[in-house]
Amino acid sequence: MNATFVTPRAKIRSLSWWTRVSRYLPGLGAHLVLMLGSLVVLAPVAWMVSMSLKDVNHLFDFPPQWIPNPIRWDNYVRALTAMPFWRYALNTIFVTAMSMIGSVGSSLVIAYGFARLRFPGRDQLFLLVLATMMLPFQVTMVPTFILFRYLRWVDTFLPLFVPLFFGRAFFIFLLRQFFLSVPKELDEAARIDGCSSWGILTRILVPQVKPALAALAIFSFIWAWDDFMHPLIYINSSAKWTLTLALNGFQSPLEPGAPVIHLMMAASVVVALPPVLVFFFAQRYFIQGVVVSGIKG
Amino acid sequence: MSLVGQKLVGQQMERAVRPRRSSLARREAWEGYLFISPWIVGFLVFVAGPMIASIALAFTEWNLLSPPRWVGLANFQALFTDPLFWQALKVTAIYAAVAVPLDLFAALLLASLLNQKLRGIGAYRTIFYLPTILPGVVTAVVWRWIFNPEIGLINNLLALFRIPGPLWLMSPAWALPALIIMSLWTIGTATVIFLGGLQGVPAELHEAAAIDGAGPWRRFWRITVPLVSPSIFFNLITGMIGAFQVFTLPYIMTGGGPQNATLFYVLYLYENAFTYGKMGYASAMAWVLFVIIVVLTVIQFRLSRRWVYYAGGEAA
Repeated sequence: MNATFVTPRAKIRSLSWWTRVSRYLPGLGAHLVLMLGSLVVLAPVAWMVSMSLKDVNHLFDFPPQWIPNPIRWDNYVRALTAMPFWRYALNTIFVTAMSMIGSVGSSLVIAYGFARLRFPGRDQLFLLVLATMMLPFQVTMVPTFILFRYLRWVDTFLPLFVPLFFGRAFFIFLLRQFFLSVPKELDEAARIDGCSSWGILTRILVPQVKPALAALAIFSFIWAWDDFMHPLIYINSSAKWTLTLALNGFQSPLEPGAPVIHLMMAASVVVALPPVLVFFFAQRYFIQGVVVSGIKG
Repeated sequence: MSLVGQKLVGQQMERAVRPRRSSLARREAWEGYLFISPWIVGFLVFVAGPMIASIALAFTEWNLLSPPRWVGLANFQALFTDPLFWQALKVTAIYAAVAVPLDLFAALLLASLLNQKLRGIGAYRTIFYLPTILPGVVTAVVWRWIFNPEIGLINNLLALFRIPGPLWLMSPAWALPALIIMSLWTIGTATVIFLGGLQGVPAELHEAAAIDGAGPWRRFWRITVPLVSPSIFFNLITGMIGAFQVFTLPYIMTGGGPQNATLFYVLYLYENAFTYGKMGYASAMAWVLFVIIVVLTVIQFRLSRRWVYYAGGEAA
């Protein structure tokens, strides 16, 4: 933005020292603002990590020390052994994996139908898909709970992922967009060669939309991992808790000010780590998905 | 499937042109319904069915233990005279009216900053998105301590400047503002969507305006804002619906208190259904929520014709 003025060379030489420096100033200013903003944004995260490593006798030091002395790594051991952590982790991994398989797999098939096959009422039905995207699940929460209770699925993992096997509106929408950007000639050529619709989807289209599938896999991973309200409603026995429920259960008996904050923070770091790592390693796909949803929204 | 398909197509080829085409079309339609059938079933079982069921439930009293009892409009009458219902509506409306515009504005400013060609811009983008990735429960647990009046990060920082901090989550006056301040921390999704919108704004427009003497602030309001108005609209709608879904943060951080100062709509809905076992009452609340969201969305769409600018003409 700032380096776009085309200035004759002779003029540049005549410019004063200040004018030349000031051409870089907007960039410097932006860096300064962004760095300051980054500090503000990172402070709570840094505080969480710092607290998780503090000795119990130094929790309330003032002014607070950002780098704890001594560093107590064993806080993590204590936090994770204070609850059946591996059991909760396994529960969460199972629910997350099923959610990913269910929502990505079913949405793929459904989106193909909407993008590539012609049938009466298709566009009206697709509008309905879009409309359900705006419907918060809290609106249907009570009857859905009663339905699952009737099926005797309460206090099982089934209500947490079975509905996702029937497609996720946002994913259907996103995949349809991606399918529409793949030239239809590819399908037609395959069809002439005797390929079925299923074959076209799995052999022609899926390889073309791999980045989109990666984005959806990441979305569904993070949403399932982070989910709190569904497990809260459906899971009763503590052996079936997911990590988010466990973290909440971990904190509830604690009064503010009680000196277990370091263990709480250690557990928080552990629960937050998988989505953060996935995000770091697959950022590009993830951001792409968010952007597409906004542009075409 | 493919073998059968080939055979069918082969048989059809021998027939006359018109019947062949229509039966191919029939076959394609049949396949289309087959492919979207999971969605149709899911829609009937998990959306349409529950919507209808909740109308019926809204006219009953049902604690799941004894059979449901028809009570007519009693739930709605009770709802409109329930001070906690109005409190929940008020809390949610204040949050939607303050936090949503505030977050949108902050996200747009941030996206404009992040839309520059600077060294290390990728790292900045990652940093500002990081809080959005953290599980809501983690955010709630951590911020509950950050707002702690004695040992929390915020009051410790304020103390460095000798400013006595408020009681935050323990104060009826400051609890909701605390949650609104906190919402600024998780503007990552809106920011990314704005970044996508900003990348469609031609740099020449900014350059031309700069030559004409428009400062950054003026360019922001006169060029950036109109050109990304579709993204603003999208974020406004999703932000508004999101405000009516706020649950995890107040549930964990305040439990709706103190003195119901953070009793969000869905939190009160949840309590009615799953703490007090008032399924009928909660269904009536869910329907009111649905009507509110539909009305607000329709109003937003109507208003959008006045201020949302689509570069390619009307939006699809």
